[in-house]
Amino acid sequence: MKQSGATGRLATVRLLVQRFAFLSLIVASVALMILGKADIVLIERTRALVGDALAPMLDAMARPAATIARITENFHELANIRTENARLREENARLMHWQTVARRLEAENVVLHDHLNTVPDPGSAFVTARVIGDMGSAFGHSMLLGAGSKDGVRKGQAVLSGEVLVGHIAEVGMRSSRLLLITDINARTPVLLEATRTQAILTGDNTARPRLNYVAGSPAISVGDRVVTAAAGGAFPPGIPVGAISSFNDGIIRVEPFIQRHHLEFVAVVDYGLGGILPFERPPPPERRRRGKEE
Amino acid sequence: MKASIWVRMDIWVRHLVPFGVTLFLLLLTAVPTHLPGFAGITPMLPLMGVCYWAIYRPDLLPAWLAFILGLLSDIVDGTPLGVNALVMILVQATAASQRKFFLGKSFAVTWWAFGLLSAGAVFLSWVLASMLIGRVIDPLPVAFVYLMTLCFFPILTWFLARTQMAFLRDV
Repeated sequence: MKQSGATGRLATVRLLVQRFAFLSLIVASVALMILGKADIVLIERTRALVGDALAPMLDAMARPAATIARITENFHELANIRTENARLREENARLMHWQTVARRLEAENVVLHDHLNTVPDPGSAFVTARVIGDMGSAFGHSMLLGAGSKDGVRKGQAVLSGEVLVGHIAEVGMRSSRLLLITDINARTPVLLEATRTQAILTGDNTARPRLNYVAGSPAISVGDRVVTAAAGGAFPPGIPVGAISSFNDGIIRVEPFIQRHHLEFVAVVDYGLGGILPFERPPPPERRRRGKEE
Repeated sequence: MKASIWVRMDIWVRHLVPFGVTLFLLLLTAVPTHLPGFAGITPMLPLMGVCYWAIYRPDLLPAWLAFILGLLSDIVDGTPLGVNALVMILVQATAASQRKFFLGKSFAVTWWAFGLLSAGAVFLSWVLASMLIGRVIDPLPVAFVYLMTLCFFPILTWFLARTQMAFLRDV
């Protein structure tokens, strides 16, 4: 009788402990939400640390997937080799014409730059990184890269695929970093409409086609217009191709990015010597450079 | 009689299987598939893992492990910290408390019940993520994620059941 009473009490205590543990877990997750919202350095560092720890595993899993994708693409290309060849011939003819135009313009540009004493754009250095994780979720568009601060990746740097803007670096660990795509809900990219030089902000909303907001003035916008990065905000160098206007109705302008997310296997993290999209690591103010020249 | 150290280690490793498998599923969702359009609607595989083990082996995947898996999922997916952690513990608790309902039911009924449970989970994470980001997230991709999760349920249940039979039949 006594013993059963004791076991009963033990069971009650155990139940209470379980309830308490469960409640404290709920409180802990709510607390984490609040802490995460406050953007504490500790949270950011922890995220980077976990990313670093998981990076080798993700890297090992990404490689076979990339190989399979490459093999299927090979088959696909073999099947379409004739039509592809015809298309390339046509494109080549068109591009030869453009090359002539570009050569002439380049020569003209050099002369004009000389006349105007233009300060040249700073040179750029880049790191090539493998995409080791493609975070597919409806709540964010980001990728994990297999290069981190020890490879020279810094927060805010532009990420390019070929000549096209993919996004920017949002978090950096020792050997991994998180790339925020231009389509992510938190991504804001200062852009220009190439034809009219109109400034705007490209705002991601987790769909494949981000929106164009804060368009300066009321320019004539038509579908197919190219959108490139703007120098505004000192985040990216001007003129990197971003996308083309895909639809324009009810005042909502959407842009189809040039990047094809599923094709990304390697990307270039580029350091233009600018502050990047985040204001923390600004380069020294330009006065110092000018003074140096005068002396 | 006390079991030898090897037997105990064997049992210990086998008991880690539910957590390990769910962690593997979590990493699997992050693998670049190179399929056009798939990246935005990847099914919530870790959610299914947590749900399955909460029903069939709640002793091996308790709420605190579900919490850790949710936290890792937040970090890997880049969702606001704590969202998946909260959703995972709630799913674990709901599934574990209703396991008597799930056990021995036909597969169609289980599928339907999982549909209800995951609908709640997806809706909750949508509300929480929207609140924390400060803007309403487009619900259409979220709905697609939910449908993809439902479609993957039979395959994953089969895989998890096989795993359970292989490693945890009598421990």
